[in-house]
Amino acid sequence: MISIQRLEKAIHSHFVVDHLEVKDISSGCGESYSVLLVSEDFEGKSTLQRHRLINDALKDEIAHMHAFSQKTYTPKQWEEQKKVAG
Amino acid sequence: MFRPTLRSTTRILRGTTPTSFLNGRLAAYRFLSNEARSKIQTAVDSKPVVLFMKGTLDAPECGFSRAAAQILELQGVPHGKLQTYNVLQDPELRTSIKEFSEWPTIPQIYVNGEFVGGCDILLSMHQSGELETLLEDKGVIPKVEEPATTAPA
Repeated sequence: MISIQRLEKAIHSHFVVDHLEVKDISSGCGESYSVLLVSEDFEGKSTLQRHRLINDALKDEIAHMHAFSQKTYTPKQWEEQKKVAG
Repeated sequence: MFRPTLRSTTRILRGTTPTSFLNGRLAAYRFLSNEARSKIQTAVDSKPVVLFMKGTLDAPECGFSRAAAQILELQGVPHGKLQTYNVLQDPELRTSIKEFSEWPTIPQIYVNGEFVGGCDILLSMHQSGELETLLEDKGVIPKVEEPATTAPA
């Protein structure tokens, strides 16, 4: 079973983390997670490229999950996102 | 006999990266046979929009596949231009499409043979309007004239 801590650790070892939210969306069985990552590493990259970066970084973990969902923002986009969400 | 279980899939996937120095993509490329690769290429090119999903359009068998199908429906993609493949019916496809696209999850969406992404990307493109633009530009759905931005000659 994959833990939130393991995912967070893997993400921290691959990215400059500005903000990170890992949520267990499996109601406890540990097979579905959603990740929200804000990182300057995403600057100048398309959504597809960003998702590929995360997929690569979490390759081993994702292989053990049933479902995986992700959101990726640059710090600048994240500030705008927070304003919209108000 | 070919009961498609997640466990068997992950075991095969893990088997493709035997050594840490081997780049995952390279390894995946090596382990996908030419035959499997050309079969998928044919599937990807079969229609302007191709969706690899769990279940069918009428009976999706996973929430993410359902969302992807609904988005394509909302965008008005004509059924004649849309081909779906049910990976639950085909364990080989379920494994090989992940290697082919270098993408670990299902659903997967292709437009004009080009990989667009999975459910998250499709949803965010749908919300931002990018998806509509893409489908219009690729001739999948008719362009809507916007009088405000297109000045008459």
